[in-house]
Amino acid sequence: MARRRMIQAINEALAEEMARDPRVILFGEDVEISIMGDTRGLHATFGPDRVRNTPICETVMTGMAVGAAAAGYRPICHMMYGNFLYTGMDAIANQAAKLRYMTGGQIKLPLVYMGVFGAGRSSAAQHSDAMHPVFMNLGGIKVVLPASPADAKGLLKSAIRDDNPVIFLQAAGRGGEAGEVPEEEYTIPLGVAEVKRPGRDVTLVAIGAMVRPALRAAEALAGEGVAVEVIDPRTLMPLDAETIVASVRRTGRLVVVDEARDTCSAASHIVAVATEGAWGALKAAPRRVTVPDVAIPYSPPLEKALLPDPERIAAAVRATLER
Amino acid sequence: MRTPSAINLSAEDLLALYRRMLLIRRIEERLGEDFKRGDLPGPVHLYIGEEAVATGVCAHLTDADWIASTHRGHGHFLAKGGDPRLLVAEVYGRAGGVCRGMGGSMHVADFSKGILGANGIVGGGIALAVGAALAAQLDRKGAVSVAFFGDGAANQGVLMEALNVSALWKLPLVLVCENNGFSEFSPTATVTVGAIADRAKPFGVPSAAVDGNDVIAVWQAADAAVRRARAGEGPTLIECRTYRLRGHVESEASFLAGSYRNDEEVAAWAKRDPIARLAGYLDEHGLAPASAREAIEAEIAAAVADAVAFATESPYPPADQARQFMFA
Ligand SMILES: Cc1ncc(C[n+]2csc(CCOP(=O)(O)OP(=O)(O)O)c2C)c(N)n1
Ligand SMILES: [Mg+2]
Repeated sequence: MARRRMIQAINEALAEEMARDPRVILFGEDVEISIMGDTRGLHATFGPDRVRNTPICETVMTGMAVGAAAAGYRPICHMMYGNFLYTGMDAIANQAAKLRYMTGGQIKLPLVYMGVFGAGRSSAAQHSDAMHPVFMNLGGIKVVLPASPADAKGLLKSAIRDDNPVIFLQAAGRGGEAGEVPEEEYTIPLGVAEVKRPGRDVTLVAIGAMVRPALRAAEALAGEGVAVEVIDPRTLMPLDAETIVASVRRTGRLVVVDEARDTCSAASHIVAVATEGAWGALKAAPRRVTVPDVAIPYSPPLEKALLPDPERIAAAVRATLER
Repeated sequence: MRTPSAINLSAEDLLALYRRMLLIRRIEERLGEDFKRGDLPGPVHLYIGEEAVATGVCAHLTDADWIASTHRGHGHFLAKGGDPRLLVAEVYGRAGGVCRGMGGSMHVADFSKGILGANGIVGGGIALAVGAALAAQLDRKGAVSVAFFGDGAANQGVLMEALNVSALWKLPLVLVCENNGFSEFSPTATVTVGAIADRAKPFGVPSAAVDGNDVIAVWQAADAAVRRARAGEGPTLIECRTYRLRGHVESEASFLAGSYRNDEEVAAWAKRDPIARLAGYLDEHGLAPASAREAIEAEIAAAVADAVAFATESPYPPADQARQFMFA
């Protein structure tokens, strides 16, 4: 194992996959100098054909990724902030998500849209969305949200090797978080959840940056004699419903923590799937811990007030134990 | 300029253009009849009157080159070498269609022939063509990518982005605007300012406005643009001024309250029919006997009948196919 920051792990995944497959190309705004640090050094290593700065042109960029993938490449389109996915939405929703389907499976579209998402850094409303639910609902796009450096590396490598469009979202502000990353080559399959902490009393599903506060809450609850099972889906589309449902069947209780706005959040979907799949085993109504249906504010105390934290998460878990 | 010796096209080349335009015309006339009879499951946007554009451009392309097309895409599909049987079966919604009935008229594509697909999103094909041009540039095999789009699509912001990035990177891209005078039911002048060809100027991209009903003029403009692209010199914008002789969509009479153009205008453009014009040119210069064109007409009638028979015999796809193809 090696100690790596999230951004380093992502950088390693990109470099390893570009070295492995000459058809992997990367483009985006300022990817040469690298604002986030995740693409740093790649231009020098792989050259201007394979690593290119684009103009600010999300509409054409997202579509270019589709055209280049259809023509035989494996493009990685770096969107910088996930909110800019909206600017390039037409090609994502109408082309990338549907071209293979509409054309009867004639082609594969191996492409990755990557960017950072989420709140917590006073980036304000247009740079802080947790937009994964939007993309989960498109159908033809896989949606990946890693919670740790090791997951980020293994999942991104799989995303690049996957023959389908993938949206890879890294939690903004968590790029500096360090963790243990295997030194040897590895990948983590898409669509497979991980039990981050086993427990028999309550199933706590946490997404992306919410895994860390969920684990803290679980730790605190352990002190109260409550054994919480923390599950990170890691991939939201396709969702590993099996692992979640199996856990809920055992515990009979479910809390889902999601940084997305409440209405149609990933948490909403997970609660629905688990309720359908584990209805007979449920001992209490499942609960969601999400962000209210408002935009993300700038001022730090306001922003903090909206985001799920260990206290809110623990309170939701306790609420499921009240009867 | 317009004498056979001045243009770089043999009688054989010209007959090939004629054959291709006529194939598009006759296939689409048939689809128009099918629609009228209520035999098509969905809407069709016919290319009748505009055949010279796709034909004159695609004559320069091989299967290794890419095209991205529009909602009015049957002509591009056939001009790029798409199989009429697979096209008609697709429009009929059959399992034997080029997309197995998953896409229909607005999504006909054949990637093995470099056809990235028709597109239901106005302007949606432009970015795909830019991406294929990037792939072609990286491949260094001299392939080019062509984006066909309408005058209406020219008002989408993506055109500016495409002009900028393709000029910046010198991508092997040809932007072909089919200015047929209408954006749906809005006459172009009511929604578009200036000349579309001029939109290339600030980017230093060469452009030309040509008579889109003259297949030789289109062929010549595309010849220069494709050569330039293959030589690594970057994109070109060609605006082809043409006219759609049919409605925007075959169903329009059923939902439009009034008319949006007058019969005289349609009649005047019908006189400039690109297929009749090429026939006239062949006659005028004695390049092909009438019998040659008659033979082509018969050959195409047989091809249409064959395509329709193939499509009619093809079954509808099994219902569980609706759940396939989302992911590889
Ligand atoms: C993004 C988008 N907006 C609107 C439409 C509806 N629509 C379909 S065709 C069309 C007109 C397109 O005009 P033009 O690009 O000139 O092509 P033409 O139909 O004349 O060939 C419109 C508005 C659409 N399909 N996609
Ligand atoms: Mg038009």
